[in-house]
Amino acid sequence: MTALATSVPVTDGAAPAPDRRRNRRRSAWLPTALLLIGAVYCLLPLAWVVAASTKSGSSLFTTFTFAPGGDLLANFGELSSYGGGVYWKWLINSLIFAGVGGLLSAFVSGLSGYTLAKFRFPGRDAIFNVLLAGVLVPGVTLAIPQYLLLAKVGLTDTYWSVLLPSILSPYGIYLARIYAAAAVPDTVIEAARTDGATEGRIFGRVALPMMLPGLVTVFLFQFVAIWNNFLLPFVMLSDDDKFPVTVGLFTLLNQGQTVPALYSVVIIGVLISIVPLIALFLTLQRYWRLDLVSGAVKG
Amino acid sequence: MSSATTGRSRRGAASRGVPYLFLAPAIVLFLLFLLLPVGYAVYLSLRKVKVSGLGLGRNSRTEIFAGLENYRTALSDPELWGSAGRVVAYGLTLLPIMLGLALLFALLLDRPRVRLARFSRLAIFLPYAVPGLIASMLWGFLYLPAVSPFTDLAGWLGLPAPDPLTGGSVFFAIVNIAVWGGVGFNMIVLFTSLRAIPAEIYESARLDGCTEFQLAVRIKIPLLLPSLIMTTVFSLIATLQVFTEPLTVRSLTNSISSTWTPLMKIYRDAFAQNDIYSAAASSVLIAGVTLVVSFGFLRLVQRQAFGGENR
Repeated sequence: MTALATSVPVTDGAAPAPDRRRNRRRSAWLPTALLLIGAVYCLLPLAWVVAASTKSGSSLFTTFTFAPGGDLLANFGELSSYGGGVYWKWLINSLIFAGVGGLLSAFVSGLSGYTLAKFRFPGRDAIFNVLLAGVLVPGVTLAIPQYLLLAKVGLTDTYWSVLLPSILSPYGIYLARIYAAAAVPDTVIEAARTDGATEGRIFGRVALPMMLPGLVTVFLFQFVAIWNNFLLPFVMLSDDDKFPVTVGLFTLLNQGQTVPALYSVVIIGVLISIVPLIALFLTLQRYWRLDLVSGAVKG
Repeated sequence: MSSATTGRSRRGAASRGVPYLFLAPAIVLFLLFLLLPVGYAVYLSLRKVKVSGLGLGRNSRTEIFAGLENYRTALSDPELWGSAGRVVAYGLTLLPIMLGLALLFALLLDRPRVRLARFSRLAIFLPYAVPGLIASMLWGFLYLPAVSPFTDLAGWLGLPAPDPLTGGSVFFAIVNIAVWGGVGFNMIVLFTSLRAIPAEIYESARLDGCTEFQLAVRIKIPLLLPSLIMTTVFSLIATLQVFTEPLTVRSLTNSISSTWTPLMKIYRDAFAQNDIYSAAASSVLIAGVTLVVSFGFLRLVQRQAFGGENR
């Protein structure tokens, strides 16, 4: 790839030295401004939901968009008591689906990625290609037959109906394979084998710890994917008590069409629902190996 | 990298099964939750219900083989074509804007002497933490003329209040939600690959008086190409499946029909109209198109990512 850079023509002659020195000190104002415009655009709806959550149902549609109101606690109380506190159940359900699903997914992806990267066996490439092709299957093609099949074994409207289809992540296996190839040296595996360790122990005690940073990334990706998924739980679940927060808020929004007072409950519900993920991001930011996504890992 | 397996022969037949054992969980999940449902969808797409008599008795409705009838019906359904055309237009609008902005922001972040870069990077990435459904609700409310800040703004300027939820502009309202949700993630992916490029590459170009703009166009963008292809494929797959955003905004306006995108139509056919057979046929068609469109791209990506790995 470095060959590309050398073939690039560059303008002849260096700029005069004083000029260049001044350039180094000066801030790049245009790029800074463009990025700040992008930042404002991205923060705008979030700023609104913070302001709107302090407004009563009536002032929501009458006061200026970003003007705060004084009803934050009233709205919070209303949300908490809605349907006997069902909102908090939704939030816990989302945590269960995303947390348990993400952990299982990271483990299965880690095991599969390690195997695909470190073993040579007949059918390896075929298995990898077939697993990877799963990325291409559209969600609805799956959700409807998955629903019908799970209905046949009586699993619809259970936690399992959302958890089980969320474990397999072709993308997670892809990332884990790249990471295992780069992070687990063959010599270490070979040494463990010479010491007589079983393959299971080598994976669990040697490879898994080495792959941990990569698997944290897989976990976070899958956590976000499950947390953000709407279609699967929307199709599978019919009992309010099992809804994740996305499906719960959607049903609330739809009731808002006939009961506009519910809108202020929806809005504070939206605000609270985005807090956990944003907190997770800000705290785990440095554990994200996003270079994995672009396949930029160097062995 | 292949030397790890040379010890295999010493251990005999038992360890030869190890890779398959380790892959078993993924393979079982793949069979149960991917292959079986896809197969079942194909099966259903070839079936239909035959009603005998008045259709009242317990055994008056029987499922029979229908051949390609469901496909013929789907392909001659103007609603499906309409929604498919809408999604193509949606993708052609969304992908250049979203990926163009992501590329622009990534290149700007990678420039030296940019102020507040950390803040901007985080702020632009933040929408990734917001589920599509929640993003649609946030923007959906902001689009309502009674809530929108642009209503007040237009009022001060003496202009009519904009209403993004009416008529044709609802299309761009949906595109905006997807742009908002997607720019940050793609920006971070591209920015991360930019960071992986060794800085020495730029040094000599800078010494030769190459401007930052020339640097970006002539060196950085060509080096980013593999990552750009990758982000395009994943965005493309997500685009063809658009469902949540229009479904949510539909709760706030009448200008989105229940068959606005192909997946919305499939959902309605299967669950609201209980016609799982034609829904299955339509979803197999959509899946086929998705496969054809993205497969070429994926081959390219794979060669890029695993080209260096010893096979």
